[in-house]
Amino acid sequence: MIMFWVAVLAISILLYVLLDGFDLGVGMLFGLTGDKERRRAMLSAVSPVWDGNETWLIVTGVVLWGAFPPVYATLLSAFYLPLMLMLAGLILRGVAFEFRARAEGSRWVWDVAFIGGSFVATFVQGVTVGALVEGMPVTNGQYSGGDFGWAGPFALLCGVGLCLGYALLGACWLVKKCEGDTRDEAYRLIPRLAIGLLAFLIVVFVYALVENLRVMDRWLERPVLLVFPVIGVIAIAVLAHSVRQRHDDLPFRMVALTFAAAFGTLAISFWPYMIPFSITIDEAAAPHASLAFMFWGEGLFVFPLMLIYAAVSYAVFRGKVRPTEHY
Amino acid sequence: MDLTALLLSRLQFAFTISFHIIFPSFTIGLAAWLTVLEALWLATGRPVYRTVFEFWLKIFGVAFGMGVVSGVVMGFQFGTNWSAFAGKVGPIQGVLLSYETFTAFFLEASFFGILLFGRSRVPPWFYLFSTAMVALGTTLSAFWIMVNNSWMQVPVGYATVNGQYVPGDWATIIFSPVVWVRFPHMLLASYLTGASCVAGTGAWYLLRDEYHAEARVMLRMGLFLAAVLVPAQLFFGHLVGDYVHDKQPVKFAAIEGRWHDEQPASEVLIALPDEAAQTNHYAISVPILGSLIGSMSFTSKEVGLTDFPVQNRPPVAIPFFAFRIMVGCGLLMLFLAWYGSYLSVKERIGEKRWMLWAIFLGFPLPWIAILTGWFTAEVGRQPWAVYGVLRTAEALTPFLTVREATISLLLFCAVYAFIFGFGIYYIYKLLRAGPAGGLIEPPIGAVPNRPMSVVHHATPPVQAGE
Repeated sequence: MIMFWVAVLAISILLYVLLDGFDLGVGMLFGLTGDKERRRAMLSAVSPVWDGNETWLIVTGVVLWGAFPPVYATLLSAFYLPLMLMLAGLILRGVAFEFRARAEGSRWVWDVAFIGGSFVATFVQGVTVGALVEGMPVTNGQYSGGDFGWAGPFALLCGVGLCLGYALLGACWLVKKCEGDTRDEAYRLIPRLAIGLLAFLIVVFVYALVENLRVMDRWLERPVLLVFPVIGVIAIAVLAHSVRQRHDDLPFRMVALTFAAAFGTLAISFWPYMIPFSITIDEAAAPHASLAFMFWGEGLFVFPLMLIYAAVSYAVFRGKVRPTEHY
Repeated sequence: MDLTALLLSRLQFAFTISFHIIFPSFTIGLAAWLTVLEALWLATGRPVYRTVFEFWLKIFGVAFGMGVVSGVVMGFQFGTNWSAFAGKVGPIQGVLLSYETFTAFFLEASFFGILLFGRSRVPPWFYLFSTAMVALGTTLSAFWIMVNNSWMQVPVGYATVNGQYVPGDWATIIFSPVVWVRFPHMLLASYLTGASCVAGTGAWYLLRDEYHAEARVMLRMGLFLAAVLVPAQLFFGHLVGDYVHDKQPVKFAAIEGRWHDEQPASEVLIALPDEAAQTNHYAISVPILGSLIGSMSFTSKEVGLTDFPVQNRPPVAIPFFAFRIMVGCGLLMLFLAWYGSYLSVKERIGEKRWMLWAIFLGFPLPWIAILTGWFTAEVGRQPWAVYGVLRTAEALTPFLTVREATISLLLFCAVYAFIFGFGIYYIYKLLRAGPAGGLIEPPIGAVPNRPMSVVHHATPPVQAGE
């Protein structure tokens, strides 16, 4: 039962990163162009799916609370300020999506909200992952880092890194969904973002070596982990090839695969901890009565339906966006 | 009072939840009403039902979207500000909240899209079925929230293991008698909110001398529904009072403004409670009525606040006044609904402009009643987060600083004022455009999970090409 909910959680987080990742990325890239037509094309590429994507964040939150209460309590309270900023960013950005088209003189306000909200939300997510990798200060089972304990240089660097990563995912999505100028511009961005991301990964790796982060020991103990960087490298190689060949569908899949590989790396380096090196999965799990009650309703029936629904909505939305659409 | 992290967190929770409740309380009632309208349209074929349905569906879309946006914050706040609480009650309350989220998603995913964009693509009976399912979904959502909150009011069916409250018996938790008086009370309040907004809008159009046919349908249906529901609501309100009397006597004493034991007890109609002096000033009381209300008896002894140690008493002024405002709103609604229905049946409501004004201006009454009712319930539960089990002060994130809590509270105030200001402005624009605004056109290639997108189709495009 515990493993079932670990799996649900892992699927929800990965789906969130991949799906909201590209629409947050498009939100950030939105700031790079002032051209009305191009902006409209960019919005059309994400508008029908963005809030479905965000659902996975909420699912992650409530599953975490119900199934692993100590992790929910520790994480959310430790990252207090960044999470509040992220929520504000996501709200502003979500509302900007819908109200922008109604605004007349004040459209720039919604544009700023859209771009700024996307940046803030992405940066905070990166910082959170970075701080977790670095190891959070926990004393007697309680976070003890203070208001800004999450804001180490490594974590902030990871915030920047995720901005690059999501922007890359966003550029690949635009290549997949758009045509003309927007697609060409996205193709020009992909190599730059990919090189930026690569540079970031090298810096992170060196930093982790120099600082002798505890996570690094895992790599020596678990050589199977090396599979993931190999997958990542292959994916990046295919990405480079597909960009040269102007194969519109492949880049997104390859970057998504890279993200999945990175997610797998993190998950297995953390294992069996949920918050590295203070709370394990078994310590965090709610009692059987809670997990079983969740399983027989939402786990067994609603969760699969949600996956099917997500798949169907992407199937409906497949292909290039048509210029006649709204926005 | 010092601005502690505890006080700031309570203010933040009160602020965000009060903002949130405005939208679901409206959409729950509206969804049920839309189902009735659609059924009437199918049964009678009168186009006016269809026009009114389409019109309110647009408003439903915006309000639903606002409810979703403001609800996201709620799901995270338990962990950020109340992490001690979240860690202890997660095995019960986290599970209940996850059911709420999954239910809400299921509703949005499967049937709400059909409601917004699917009329031309599904048979009429299925469209009606989808409407009913959306109504069921919003109702279930409210149900899980009421189970959750009722457990905090009267915790049942749990055991304490290593400082955590773990579920002993889910049936006891879900079928707690407290749930089954408070859930109908909330549901009726939502239906009344819908009815009052619909009747108020009808009255507004009549006052402005436009959309007569639609306005009459709105006014009549809203008033008739309220005429039946307000008495039912007063009855359930009484049942809720009974549970408070039996299970939360100190809250009951605060609501009643009763400082000392009385036998038989008088009922304080209005007064100025003075917590320092433990007495009321300027009190107007009715002898014996207190015993009658509390225990249905002419002689019963009713307990006073001073029976309880000071550290276990809630603040008195807020539950005392909030409760009276709620009841006052209820009585005003009863008058509006009954007299309005009477005039409507006699076909004389058009002549009584002051009554139309009263119905129009009275549209926020159920909202005021809902908010003050919740203030009574939640402030009256203090100083406990889980009544008698976990104190609010112990529920707080232990290391939360005043600086963090101040920043987040200001942030939420700014963001909410900004977006809800716009949201309410757009709803006003929809109302102003009126039911002649045309039917919803499904956008090309739309995926039906964007409730607020209906705003775009409600009014003509602002600029060509946008």
